[in-house]
This record gives sequence, structure tokens and C-alpha cells, in this order.
Amino acid sequence: MNFVAIRIIYLHEMGRFWQTLGQSIASPVISTALYFVVFGSAIGSRIANIEGVSYGLFIVPGLTMLSVLTQSISNASFGIFFPKFTGTIYEILSAPVSFYEVLIGFVGAAATKSLILATIILATASLFVDLNIAHPFWMLSFLVLTCIAFSLFGFIIGLWADNFEKLQIIPLLIITPLVFLGGSFYSISMLPELWQKVTLFNPVLYLVSGFRWSFFEISDVSVGISLTMIFLFLSICIGVIGWMFKTGYRLKQ
Amino acid sequence: MNPIISIKDLNKIYATGFNALKNVNLEINRGEIIALLGPNGAGKTTLISTICGIVSPTSGTVHVDGFDIISDFRKTREMIGLVPQELTLGAFETVWGTVRFSRGLFGSKRDDDYIEKLLKDLSLFDKKDSEVRALSGGMKRRVLIAKALSHQPKILFLDEPTAGVDVELRKDMWKIIHDLSSKGVTIILTTHYIEEAEEIANRVGVMNNGELLLVEGKDQIMENLGKKQLVIELKESTKKIPSSLEKYNIELSQNGLQLIYNSEIKDGETDISNVLIEITNSGLLVKDLKIEKSSLEDIFVDLVRVES
Ligand SMILES: Nc1ncnc2c1ncn2[C@@H]1O[C@H](COP(=O)(O)OP(=O)(O)OP(=O)(O)O)[C@@H](O)[C@H]1O
Ligand SMILES: [Mg+2]
Repeated sequence: MNFVAIRIIYLHEMGRFWQTLGQSIASPVISTALYFVVFGSAIGSRIANIEGVSYGLFIVPGLTMLSVLTQSISNASFGIFFPKFTGTIYEILSAPVSFYEVLIGFVGAAATKSLILATIILATASLFVDLNIAHPFWMLSFLVLTCIAFSLFGFIIGLWADNFEKLQIIPLLIITPLVFLGGSFYSISMLPELWQKVTLFNPVLYLVSGFRWSFFEISDVSVGISLTMIFLFLSICIGVIGWMFKTGYRLKQ
Repeated sequence: MNPIISIKDLNKIYATGFNALKNVNLEINRGEIIALLGPNGAGKTTLISTICGIVSPTSGTVHVDGFDIISDFRKTREMIGLVPQELTLGAFETVWGTVRFSRGLFGSKRDDDYIEKLLKDLSLFDKKDSEVRALSGGMKRRVLIAKALSHQPKILFLDEPTAGVDVELRKDMWKIIHDLSSKGVTIILTTHYIEEAEEIANRVGVMNNGELLLVEGKDQIMENLGKKQLVIELKESTKKIPSSLEKYNIELSQNGLQLIYNSEIKDGETDISNVLIEITNSGLLVKDLKIEKSSLEDIFVDLVRVES
């Protein structure tokens, strides 16, 4: 293992985050605050408590997941796409590093950024609502696994994309709708029966549900299923990446 | 001594089906400077990229210091530094940051003293905190060299180091290359300029259409492939070449005032003196003599033209 290289890739990727620290912190703080003003106070005050949890509180896990998912994907995909785009990838390809070391460096940095982001969102949320986390260990586990899984997914997109449209199309057309329709801002029990069934095909539901359980002990599906789904998604991403590695997919000519 | 790089039957067919390297065989000696010469699209960059691990070979093998570039890629790549043809640099990094990154990427421990010295040698030290995008093209080229040297490689590849560089900077570049070579670094560079190959390389390899046409010391090339042309101007025009001269490779100019003798250089000798004696014997009056020698450039142009 070339640990020196993993470390330098990781630090290099984190570099941009620190350089634009103000922006990195300000944007999640502002967007979280806006969600609370709009959904938590304005609309939320007219929505009944969900299984004993006020609406403002109820949306916290979903809101966090929304940001974590989209940011993990965009950070990781952009991280690997950009050197391909500018050509600086030549250096990584000619260095004594394996594909997996590159992967750990890039995905590790993207996941770290998402974790920091989640912390900022939760901290901001706690200014608006009284946040009590029932199972901190599980909360953290769900969060870390999700950050890693979706950073891996982003890495795959970044490798696959050969132009900016492709880079953005999957997050825009698939991930964002899945997150909004996956019970981030409502309980699926509020939906008509047919739509409840349809929603069960949405993988994001399982993430949000499990994560929400770790806060309030309420969930749409059982926690075991949620965990299984995260691991399944993680395994699929690792499998795809393994295949990309074997074939040198879109990196080497 | 065994070669530092040994390339055997190397072929590259790109995904498009394009055959960019055709059975390339080449041994590069320790400490030499070898120039790969060839027109656009000859396959120079493909060859270099394959050795460095950016392009996967379709077939054939490459060994660097005895290690296979695929199964022992860590060992081979640690020994190699690459300066790419394009000026590819991240936009928001500083000179210092990007060079330090390269060193780490190649697995070398942080060593600020070495990087400081490197930047000073390349006249970059006063720019160390500048963002690379704010540098001129020539400066960027130096930054790329610094990055390639950041892990103290034994072998340095320079893909067209002097393309788009002014005369002064080109001389600087040659000096940098000579200095590195005197420290024992093996250098492989590509170029379109014959004069550059003539100036700095010990050996020259000529590539065209994915083939390595020849690799030889530049003196040998001149000796083996060079031609001398003797132009004899006559006082009075003549209608035909005297029969005693027919056995030589001689042409008569249209106006009958010039005899042109093309001599091949064999073992450093020619038939020039015999030709002159025969001319005098045949009674022709000589007004003037000119000897023209083909340059490496003529040889190169001939080679590539015959091939295509
Ligand atoms: N990724 C690729 N896919 C398909 N064909 C390629 C690829 N890269 C290069 N080629 C082709 O391979 C041939 C050799 O290209 P290469 O870049 O090695 O030439 P070169 O000798 O370096 O030329 P130049 O002097 O212009 O830099 C060219 O015809 C080029 O079009
Ligand atoms: Mg080239």
C-alpha cells in the first residue's frame, strides 16, 4: 500500500474544501435555515405531529440525507471527473499507485466532506428544534455508511461521465426525485395505499427510514431491512468498481 | 551493462481500432539521452505513455531496470518521471503545492529542502506561491518538469519539451537536460526539431506511422545514410557525360554546365578524387567546385518519405 499517496490524494481533495471554508459552511447553514423557515415553521405548523414527533423535528433526518446524498455524489464525481477533464489525471495514472489507493483517497475525501456537512446541518437544525438522538451509535453508523456508499456511487459516475451533462444527469434526473419521493419530508403512511407500495421500490426510503429511526425510534420499514439495503447498495458499488478496475474502464486507453 | 529500459515487440491498437504502435523494439541505455523524432501522429506520445502506464499495451513487454511495467508497476513507476506534451496543470494550485503533491503521489516522504532546491534549479523559487494558472507557458513547462523530478526519478521522459518555447528558453531547457544527464538521469525526449535531436541527444530514434524506423547514434546515421554531393561547374557546356565517368553516379544539368556527382559515404571514404581525375583527363575545364553534405534533416525527410 502506498499510504503516502493515499494521504496526499486525500489531503489534496480536502484542500479545496478548506480553501473555500466560508462557502463550504455558509451554504448548508443557509439552506437548512430556509427549509426550517418554510417547512418547519410556515407549513409545518399546520401539519399534525407524525407519530408524536412535530413536523419540524420530523424532517431533520430527511433534510440531512438529502444533502448528504447529493453532496456525496457531486463531490466524488466531480473530484475524479475534473482531472480527467483537465488532463492532470496523467500524473495519477503514471504514479506508483493502484486503482484502489486512488479510490480510497478520492472517496475518503468526498465522504469526509459529507460528514462535515451533515454535522453542520444537524448543528443548524438544533438551533430551530430540540434535537434528541435516541441511538447516537446507529445514527452515526447510518450516516457514515451512506456517505461512503454514495461517494462510491459518485466516483462511478465521475469515471463514467465523459462530459459535464453526463456528470449531472444522474443526480438531477434520478437521485433528487428519489430523495424527494423517498419519504424525506413525509411518512409514507400519509400516502394512498398504491403509492405506499410504489415507494417501497425506492431505495432512498430505506436510508431515510433507518436514519430517522436512530433519532426518534419511528420508521416506515424495519431497521434491519434498512441496514441490509445500505449494505446491498454498498456491495453493488464495490462490485461495479471492481469491474471498472479490471477493465481499466475509461481511465486508461 | 544491461539496458535500463527494454521494449520488446510492443503493439498498441486503440479502442478505435487504430494501430498506433507496430512491433516496436528498443533498448535504452543507462544514462543516455535519446531523442525520438517523428512527424505528427507517428506514435511518440503513445510509446512514452505506454512505458509510463497511461496507455495499456495491446501486446509485447516493457521492462524498466529488469522489472515488468505491469506486474511490477510500483517499482518501475517510482523510477520514472514524465513531463507531458500538453501543459496540464490544476488551475487553483500553487507551484509549491502541486510539486509537493507530485512527490507524495509517488510515495516519497515529504522533503521541503529538496523541493526548494529543485525550484531554485529551475528558476521557479520566486514563483513558489503563485497559482499555476497565472504563469506563462514557459513557466508552466518548468513546473511540469519540477513535478516530474519531485520524486528524484532515474529516468525522465520529456514529451516535446521545447514545443512552443522561445529560443532562449529552449537553450535553457537544453541546459536543464544536460545537467540532469550529467547527474546520471537517463533521458528520453520527443521532438519535431532535428536540430534539437542533433544538439542534445546521444542517439536518435526515428518514428513514423507507429514504427520505429531506426535507432542509432547521430554520427552513425550521418555516416550510414548521409550523402555527399559534388557539383562541378564547367567553363563550357557539354552535351554528354564523358564515357570514362559513366560508371560513377553522375548527372548532367540541363544547360550542360554542371556535373552533379552523388557519392555515398562508405567507411568515411568516397570516390571524389577519382572522379576529379577522370574529369581532368576527359579534357573538360572546371570553373568551380561545390560539395554539399546532407544534414540529419535531409536524412530524416528521406526516411519518412520512403516509408509513407
Ligand atoms: N486515445 C486514442 N484513441 C485513438 N487513437 C489515438 C488515441 N491517442 C492517439 N491516437 C492516434 O495514434 C496516433 C499516434 O498518436 P501519438 O499521440 O502517439 O503521436 P505523436 O507521435 O505523439 O504525435 P505528435 O507529434 O503530434 O504529438 C495518432 O494517429 C493518433 O490519432
Ligand atoms: Mg505527441
